[in-house]
This record gives sequence, structure tokens and C-alpha cells, in this order.
Amino acid sequence: MSAYLISGVKILGGAPSDLLLHEGVVADPADAPAGAVRVDGDGLVALPGLVDLHTHLREPGREDAETVHSGSQAAARGGYTAVHAMANTDPVADTAGVVEQVWHLGQAAGYCDVRPVGAVTLGLRGERLAELGAMADSDARVRVFSDDGVCVSDAVLMRRALEYVKAFDGVIAQHAQEPRLTEGAQMNEGPVSGVLGMRGWPAVAEEAIIARDCLLAAHVGSRLHICHVSTAGSVELIRWAKSKGWNVTAEVTPHHLLLTDELAATYDPIYKVNPPLRTSDDVEALRAGLADGTIDCVATDHAPHPTEDKECEWAAAAMGMLGLETALSAVQMAMVDTGLLDWAGVADRMSVRPAQIGRLDAHGQRLEPGAAANVVLVDPSAVRTIDPLESASLSRNTPFAGMELPGTVVATFLRGRPTVLDGKLQ
Amino acid sequence: MKTHLLSSGDLTRDDALLILDTAAELRSLADRPIKKLPTLRGRTVVNLFFEDSTRTRISFEAAAKRLSADVINFSAKGSSVSKGESLKDTALTLEAMGADAVVIRHGASGAPHRLAHSGWVRSHVVNAGDGTHEHPTQALLDAFTMRRHLGELDGRRITIVGDVLHSRVARSNALLLATLGAEVTLVAPPTLLPVGVETWPVATSYDLDSALDKCDAVMMLRVQSERMNAAFFPSAREYSRRYGLDDRRFERLPDHTIVMHPGPMNRGMEISANVADSARSVIVEQVTNGVAVRMAVLYLLLSGSSPGPDDPAGGSEVGSEIEEATA
Repeated sequence: MSAYLISGVKILGGAPSDLLLHEGVVADPADAPAGAVRVDGDGLVALPGLVDLHTHLREPGREDAETVHSGSQAAARGGYTAVHAMANTDPVADTAGVVEQVWHLGQAAGYCDVRPVGAVTLGLRGERLAELGAMADSDARVRVFSDDGVCVSDAVLMRRALEYVKAFDGVIAQHAQEPRLTEGAQMNEGPVSGVLGMRGWPAVAEEAIIARDCLLAAHVGSRLHICHVSTAGSVELIRWAKSKGWNVTAEVTPHHLLLTDELAATYDPIYKVNPPLRTSDDVEALRAGLADGTIDCVATDHAPHPTEDKECEWAAAAMGMLGLETALSAVQMAMVDTGLLDWAGVADRMSVRPAQIGRLDAHGQRLEPGAAANVVLVDPSAVRTIDPLESASLSRNTPFAGMELPGTVVATFLRGRPTVLDGKLQ
Repeated sequence: MKTHLLSSGDLTRDDALLILDTAAELRSLADRPIKKLPTLRGRTVVNLFFEDSTRTRISFEAAAKRLSADVINFSAKGSSVSKGESLKDTALTLEAMGADAVVIRHGASGAPHRLAHSGWVRSHVVNAGDGTHEHPTQALLDAFTMRRHLGELDGRRITIVGDVLHSRVARSNALLLATLGAEVTLVAPPTLLPVGVETWPVATSYDLDSALDKCDAVMMLRVQSERMNAAFFPSAREYSRRYGLDDRRFERLPDHTIVMHPGPMNRGMEISANVADSARSVIVEQVTNGVAVRMAVLYLLLSGSSPGPDDPAGGSEVGSEIEEATA
């Protein structure tokens, strides 16, 4: 394997220095072998490879929308070295067999580490627990369990799941959505939905579940993770739960940091997503929560959908947006360029903390000698116009199409091997 | 006029008055022995109805035919998804058939907007009711009817009663009547007012009796039977007692107040039979006016090179054609 000597790169945005990646780990630049490939790091920022806690890779079942291979290519292009593949595939990832299949597909693709998320309940039906222990003990070593797309709304089932995963240090990642309050919901409930005549998805439907689950997690002393937090009220509840010392973590998506429900006025379902885009007040609260650490991390909720599922009337369209290739730019725009986070903060929220939550040992490490050489090089000064056709994803449903976003990923290294170099997949 | 008619909110006051004035001229046609104008000869109007609505469809059909347009009725009942063909493919079919205007009724809010702005068709799009969003030609015919009885609407008090939350008629009326200067009060149980209604250009009330004293027109909205099973109100009888226009409330209305309903009515529920059939009910006249208003909309959208703000002569032009047709 080649060694890579990156010169004059700003590690976590600090002073320019050299960074050597050798034999899969970060090494002392003074020890660079003669044949090391030199990479000009001038103007670039080096971060530990990004870790996504929330990715839909669609395989098995919807290989027309995305595969493990195409999705992990998109991940690499976005600067990710590890992604968590959500369980709502067909068949559902609710057995050791399915999670091992996804894990092996990720290994075979080789663009990033694909860590399967196991379903909490059989078939995501919310009736009985899936074999969580078998998934934890499998080759995939599942630690994150989620019925994402569906809320574990039954309080007893949620309690049992939280208790059960303590045996193997698992975490339940809850899709917080009270089902009765959101039947047929199309978009955020508020003045915009009232004018547009669309069924509303009220903030309280998210907040009520978060409040309940924080109390449950405290009661049984387990780990709870809240997926895609989208409202100001949710941020307050999580801040309160953390102030109690409870083991609650949370994520926010890039699109909830940038976009608002006003976009639904176009009736273009490219903006249809669950949880829905909220108001500018919510966006401000989410940014503040991410800045002060109340929200632990950014997770993409990368949700590929084939063209026909978005090229239709809003009510008939699928919910979800692409995210992997635009996440870092969106975070730069919402958090870095606004002064809310520095690059060390970005590394913490997009790599260190998600790796801790997912219990990924080889990711989210300091870029110091001995650490696994999972690295992304970013050019923060670049500006790019998002073209959906350039995506490595099989799908095209990016809400940022045509938008100018700051920053671009120049290179991504997975254990010292470039998956992206000069902005191109390797 | 804009290229499409998707929302009452898209109409400026001048747009709305142009449509209403044009409709007034066209309405006189209904009283002539020959009810037809040659204006849209050779143009094709497609009625694309994804929901059953015989009333609205035949109203648009009559309007287009009286302007000598060719009319194609395309009934795509059921959702496009469940039936297999997408809205896009349906739209491309209509485009290939050379539709000049598509009149669309759809169960999904925003479907006409999608049709107009997706690039699938080049034709003019007229919203004939989309989900729980809007029904702008209904609002126009309501405003037309009010004008005939009340004169100009500036400062007129209009009370709209019922299921505002799910009503496209209420949304379109609230926007259009505000544009025309009327004072609108929406009356409904709190469960049937949308979140954010306080941002609309209207007043709201939960109490029908207090909203009746000074109103110039009262419009009763249809209550769908399925709302009763979803806890929006306890029972049909309680709804009727609190929000129905019954004989007792009718007695208290000012003498000049007109009673309206977009139809179809639930007699005995939101409106009593006596009130619906009273001399001050203009419900049947609303239907007649609907044809004239829809003629005006199709005429202004389709005739000649699209009449824009620089071409305010539409009204007088149609007048001369009426003369020709009856000469």
C-alpha cells in the first residue's frame, strides 16, 4: 500500500502541517518513506473521516434507488469513511442474516465501512422485538437499532428494547413520531400548511415521543439516541434530559439546518421529507443546539428515491432527500461560515461523536500517530453548484439542486487508502 | 391575467375585476336565444377530473362549449398512483393531443400547480379544485353572485361557516374576498379552523350567532360525513345546533343578507330546507353564474395572444362579439 504525505494541511483547521498516512495509520511525517505519494494540502482542512449514523442504502430490495456499492461511493465522495445503513430494507434488516449480508456487501464495495442498523421490532411492525442479540453477535456487530421510518410508539415495547440492548452496549435510535397525530401528514403543521391545504405534521408529535423516551431511558438506565431532531421544542427537551445526566444523544440532518417549510409552496416533492422541513425559528434552534452540543451530531438521513417517486403530485410522492454528498457543504454553510462551529467542532459533530454513539473504534479518532488513517481533506474555499446528475447515488432527489454550496471534498482516505482523490472516486 | 389560474391568491384586484366584469357581459348571453360565441373556435379544452364532480365538470364543459371550444372530458377517477398511470404521463398524453387549456380537479393539494410548473405541458392550467387547497373559480362565481346582489364588495361583511380546515372553497374565498376589499369572518368549531388561520386576511369566530347580526352574505360550507368519525365534533346534531343555519338564525339575519352554499348541501345539517329554498337563498343562481365566470376565465386565458396587463381591452372585445353572435 502506498504511503501518502499530505503537505501543509490544516488539521482540524489549525496551523498548516504535514500529515503522513502509512500502512493504514497516521504516522510521523518525519518517517515518510521515499516512495510516499505527495498530496498538496495547501488551503485544505483535514478532518477525521466522517461517520454517518443515518443512511438509507436501500439494498436489499430497492436496488433501483441505491445499492450498498453506489451509496458507499456517494459516502466516500461526501467525505465519509463509515455509514450506518438503516434497517428499512426489503426484507427488513431484522435478522443476523440480513445484517451480515449488508455488512459483507459494504466490505466488498470497499468505499467505506458499512455498519448495518438492526430493526428494533420484527418487520418494523412494532409488535415484538427482533432478535437484537443475534444481530449484535453477528459478523456485522450491530450496536445501533432503529425502526427508522416508523416510530416505536408502544411505550412498553420501547421500554423493553431500551432495557434489552444494555446487555451488549446497544443504543435504540428512535424515529420520534407519534403516529396518531401524524396520520396522512404531508408537511410541517403551521401557517404554511394551512394556506397550502396540506395535512400537518405538528411539532408536538415529535416532542411528545422524545419526552416520553427520555423518561424511559432514564428509568431503565439505558442509551437513547434521537434521530433527525427537527423542532425547537425537541432541542429544549434534549437539553433538559442532558442536564439531568441521562444518556440521551441526538442528531440533526443537514437539510433541517438549512431549509424551511416555505419551500413546500412550490408543491415540488423534492422538499417532501420526514420529519418535514420546519420553520426558520426551528432552524435557528437546531443550529444553536448543534453548536452548544445539545445535539451531538449531524446525520444525513440520506434517502434515495427513484425519479418516478418524486416526479408526481406531492401527496403521492415518497419522503426523503439525498444527503451524503452535500452534508459537509451544508454544515459549512449553516455552521462554519456563520461562525457557530469551527472545523474542530465539525470534526466532533460529524465524526467523533457519531463514532462514539455507534461504538466504532477505528473512526472518529484524533489524527495523531497510531490512529487509523480515516481522513477527509476539504477545500473550504471552493464553491460548487449542485448538479444532481453528478451524484454517485443512483437517485437524483437532492433538495440542493442548482444551489451554490461552499466547500468540496478533495480526498477521502479509508485506512490509508484513497477512496476519493482530486475529488474523484478511486 | 396570468398564464394559469391556480389560486385566488394569484389574482390582483384588477385581474379579479376583469374576470368579474367579463363574466357579467358573458352572463347576458344566457338570456339570448343563441348561447354561443365563436371566440375559442378551434381551441381544445380538456376537463381532467381525477375526482368525481359532475357539477363542476358540466359547468366548465358548458362554459367551453358556449365559447365554441372543442371539449375533451378525461375522467381519471381514483388516484393516479393506484391506477398505475402517473400525473406526468397523463399530462404528456394531453400535451400530445394538443390541449390548449387543462381544467384539472384532483384530490391532492397542489396537483394543478405541479401540472402547470413541471414543464410537462404547455397549456394553460385551470384549477377546478385541488384537495383541501383551493377552488378559485368557485370563489369567483361566489364573488360574482355577491356583486349582483350587494354591489361592489368593498367593506361588505361576508360570513363563511363550517369546515374551513378541509375546505378549498373557504381558502379561495378568503383570499379573493380580501383582495376585493370585503371583510370576511370565518366561523367554525376550533377543530375545523386550520393552524395559522390568524395569519389569513380574515377574522375568525367560534360563535355563529354573534357573526350573523351585521353580515351581508352568509356562506354555509358542506360538512363531509367522514369528519364525524374523526372527533372534529361530537355529533351531527350538535354541529347542526351550534353551526347550522336553521330557521331561528335565519330570522335574525338582516333583511338584505343573502344565503349561499357551494353545494351539494346536507339539508338539515349545515342548512335547513326552509333556508335553502327561501327567496334570499342564491344557491341555484350560483350555479348559473358559475358558467359565466368559467367562460370569462377560459376566454381571458385563451383568446388571442394572452391578454396581459398591457391589454385590458378584453371586456369590450367580448362585448362586440356578443353583438355579432346575436346580430
